[in-house]
Amino acid sequence: MKTPTTTAPARTALAATAPTTTTRATSRAVAPGLGRALLTATAIGLSLGLAACGPTGSSAPGPSESGAADPTAGAAADPGGSETGDAAAEASDAAPLVWEDGWVKAAEEGMTGAFGTLRNPTDSELRITGAESAAAGSAELHETASDDGGSTMMQEKEGGFLVPAGGSLSLEPGGDHVMLMDLQEPILPGDEVTITLLTDGGEVETTVVAKEFTGAQEEYVQDHGH
Amino acid sequence: MDIRRRHVLGASVFGVGAGVGAGLLAPRDPAPAPAALPDTSGLNGARLEPFHARHQAGVETIPPAHALFIGLDLEEETTARRAVSMLRLLTDDAAALTQGRAPLADPEPELTPQPARLTVTFGFGERLVALAGRRHVPDWLRPLEEFTIDRLEPERSRGDLLLQICGDDALAVAHAARMLLKDARAFAAVAWSRTAFRRAYGSDPTGTTQRNMFGQVDGTANPGPGSEDFARLVWGESTGRADPVFSARGEPPLDLGADHPAWLREGGTTLVLRDIAMDMETWDEADRPAREFAVGRDLASGAPLTGTDEHDVPDLTAVDARGLTRISPASHVARSRNEAKPEEQIFRRVYNYHGVPEASTAGTGPSGSRRVSTAGLMFASYQADIGRQFLPIQRRLGGMDLLNQWTTPIGSTVWAIPPGIADGDYIGSRLFEG
Repeated sequence: MKTPTTTAPARTALAATAPTTTTRATSRAVAPGLGRALLTATAIGLSLGLAACGPTGSSAPGPSESGAADPTAGAAADPGGSETGDAAAEASDAAPLVWEDGWVKAAEEGMTGAFGTLRNPTDSELRITGAESAAAGSAELHETASDDGGSTMMQEKEGGFLVPAGGSLSLEPGGDHVMLMDLQEPILPGDEVTITLLTDGGEVETTVVAKEFTGAQEEYVQDHGH
Repeated sequence: MDIRRRHVLGASVFGVGAGVGAGLLAPRDPAPAPAALPDTSGLNGARLEPFHARHQAGVETIPPAHALFIGLDLEEETTARRAVSMLRLLTDDAAALTQGRAPLADPEPELTPQPARLTVTFGFGERLVALAGRRHVPDWLRPLEEFTIDRLEPERSRGDLLLQICGDDALAVAHAARMLLKDARAFAAVAWSRTAFRRAYGSDPTGTTQRNMFGQVDGTANPGPGSEDFARLVWGESTGRADPVFSARGEPPLDLGADHPAWLREGGTTLVLRDIAMDMETWDEADRPAREFAVGRDLASGAPLTGTDEHDVPDLTAVDARGLTRISPASHVARSRNEAKPEEQIFRRVYNYHGVPEASTAGTGPSGSRRVSTAGLMFASYQADIGRQFLPIQRRLGGMDLLNQWTTPIGSTVWAIPPGIADGDYIGSRLFEG
């Protein structure tokens, strides 16, 4: 096999590792469209989780939700979901968010960051208000800010992340990122970690891969309580 | 027959040479030394070798200029599940890097858009395969039998995972190695490595047989990429061509892949990787007639001593006026060929290495001169069946080969080369999921 060489495309998507993005089915009302919803990573509706959890007060998902990668399990674990059926149907038409090239820094304990590109293919701005993961006791949206002395510190992002209509937001070491705190067990290189982003258009669940990475060691703002 | 065909290939498919040649001849300028022509074929940096294919790249791929061979030892506690995690990470890295994209978490994405035909070839050693179950380990996946010429260094003769990283751009190769090793280091430690090279891209027409540090053309008898010979000898399968043409060595059998375990079939092969030290100091002491006598070929043209062209078939029976065979029966050419057995052929994809020792440790050659080189050859021999193809040749060469007086095998490893994969899959998936 001697295949003629071809020319490299302009750099677009970063890697072949497409993290699997799914949405947590919150309602039996969306079940008929579930297959399509999974394929297109459509965010579905407002969930009880979003209603209950603010960006800072997120509690860890209960054990019953740890298998939420399976959307049917998620649906079963959400007994109130059927009441949001109409909202879900609306949102599923309008608010997909895709977490591309997602990865999380492997860590034995404590906290770690998750990175990638958040793409908003809709024609309206999307606000990420929080995050949660069964792998972490809590999760926050962080930015990296420079202090007067020129050194960078991580701090919680006031008001969450905004992803412009038709645009994207880069989550990267030294910049905005999702912080997983109080890790429940070690995240080893190659492990897959499911993270749910809470947005004003619904929840988006994405599975990202853990990579050994020695960067992303910015210090925290002292008074932030970490 | 095939010899002729290879000539045609050399002139047409590998058309770079033809173009350059025509360019040199065309001007009427009588200048005796034609100036080097600029590269008119376009930049090489963006050229890609496909990653997702039936076979892994880096075997039938025309060898790029640079190679980095790395043998890794799996950590003691590695489980099958963790091995799969490692292979997924490394596969994703290779799939991105070889296609000119930055893999996840690449801190230097600026180094990725010029892969220059970067390839990453994975080889599995016995222990990695055994993690999926002992029943998957073929009996040939173990160290070769000992040869009297061997002076194997244990640290160069082991490993559970091989990374063969090749490319025309040394910086791209180095960056790829760093990305792969950073993802591998949670699972495995580097046992040995060799940085090696052939001629630079553009120095020769593509497809030119390479030369080793002794100045010899090295690999003349190789089956040509894309040929039926290659398919049978390396992949153990047929191209399915209606009227295949075979080399002068005869028609190789169709069943050379018969001993492959299920996970290696339909696209896999085997690799014997020999690290062969070349003693440049004693070679320096050999004059040209002795050198040509030892190899059985003319050094300048690579032609057998019974012919005029590199690809002429050696005549091992031709005698000179004294009645002696013109090609010594102890020469490398004579010892490596078995005209009666067409299956006794391999595909050698070799790379040179060279280092300069510091005077304090260099030592001296036999004539007392200080050594100035640490040189050798990474002899990568691909074949469908080690027992039927590689070993008979190696036993003959190990028993007698005039070249042995200047060469010493110091490393030896045996690898299973899993088939290529489809997008979304990982190298070795058929082993661990099968």
